[in-house]
Amino acid sequence: MTFAPSLLAACAALLCAGASLSARAETGKLLLTGGVSSVDGAAGGGLTPWAVIGSNATEGEIGGSAFVTTVGTKDYGLNIVGAAIGIHDRYELSVAQQDFNTRITGTGLGLPGLHLKQTIVGAKVRVLGDAVLDADTLMPQVAVGVQYKTLGSTGLDGTLRALGAKREGVDLYVSATKLFLGQSLLVNGTLRATKANQNGLLGYGATLGGNENKYSLQPEFSVAWLLTKNIAVGAEYRFMRNKLETAGRAAGLGNGLRSEDWKDIFIAWAPNKNVSVTLAYVDLGVIVPATTASRKQTGYYLSAQLAF
Amino acid sequence: MNKTLISFALATASLLAAGTSFAQSAPRGDQLYKAFGEKAGLVTLMDDFMVRLLADPRTGPHFKPANQQRVKEQLVDQLCALAGGPCVYKGADMKSAHANLDIKKSDFHALVEVLQQSMDARGIPFRTQNQMLALLAPMHRDTITVR
Repeated sequence: MTFAPSLLAACAALLCAGASLSARAETGKLLLTGGVSSVDGAAGGGLTPWAVIGSNATEGEIGGSAFVTTVGTKDYGLNIVGAAIGIHDRYELSVAQQDFNTRITGTGLGLPGLHLKQTIVGAKVRVLGDAVLDADTLMPQVAVGVQYKTLGSTGLDGTLRALGAKREGVDLYVSATKLFLGQSLLVNGTLRATKANQNGLLGYGATLGGNENKYSLQPEFSVAWLLTKNIAVGAEYRFMRNKLETAGRAAGLGNGLRSEDWKDIFIAWAPNKNVSVTLAYVDLGVIVPATTASRKQTGYYLSAQLAF
Repeated sequence: MNKTLISFALATASLLAAGTSFAQSAPRGDQLYKAFGEKAGLVTLMDDFMVRLLADPRTGPHFKPANQQRVKEQLVDQLCALAGGPCVYKGADMKSAHANLDIKKSDFHALVEVLQQSMDARGIPFRTQNQMLALLAPMHRDTITVR
């Protein structure tokens, strides 16, 4: 797998900044309460951002985190690297690069070996609440976030142009996270405004066969049950925008570009304060069913995070 | 309203309903008090807690200058009362008791971690620990003085 050197440098810089700042004073979040790293780089669950701020830094502290994630489904592979910096448990900056191996679909398009590379720069601000300590109220921790996504230039550019899909887009989201401490249960709800097709891997918006360039609102949910101090199990459901289907139909592909919701069940383990590992079974629905015999893209998700 | 918005509304409503029932399902009676071994169990727990608080470099400096015996007795009364036991906490309210201290959120978290170690050492199950922590956690509002 190859990643843009500049992205790796950015990750390293963010991590070093976080590590060196936190080395001056111990960072003091409770275990796992900074979440894991989501596929887009923001702290949260695996598929969806939460209102928590990444890293081990709590109020008055600065921390950093870095992660690698690998996903394998029936027909595709996805590798992700990224990093985040958490400031005073209020602000979060994140960067991630996704490398999507199109395998059979690339070959079917006459582009064997096609990898789609998406870079995501994110920012998140905690607006109110404390997801963990405000145990006597129903008030969740609430955060708002923005993700700027760019898709690298590939042999797919012409196809995306023909469909009227752009290669950059901005997602906006609001997340509410609540730990019901007495029940050892965490719930999160996120509402995302997005134009992204398959999270941006197939561009943003579409114009062929009708104008699908407006934002749509997509809800995302996570539930996690804390088994012990350092092990949580849970499930996620992320509604996905399905606006490329119309363009696909106009291009004579029938429903061959439709998308479906993403889901997973996961187990996250933090052997210590600096390391967490997440293993999940994912179901990403169909992804370009035209070239994959409409197979559900089920498979594994494995992620490791270092945090300071 | 489109399909996803309706399902979002439904899911939000069910989460809120679940949350309300959780908030009401805090342990009633003296179940939690008994799970902690009643008064004797709490005394043993707080003895162990104070030893660990003094030994931990994050919390030690906060507790060394204190009247440790008195703090332990007050903690026993406080946890006993919170857990539904037959005790009355007679100490100062949390806000004035901590007003002159320099306590950051990371200090509060460190204290929670040390308490978890003590509860682990006493063999208190994780979910029972969390029921007690849920009663103590809201005190962050009055005990953290550096925001």
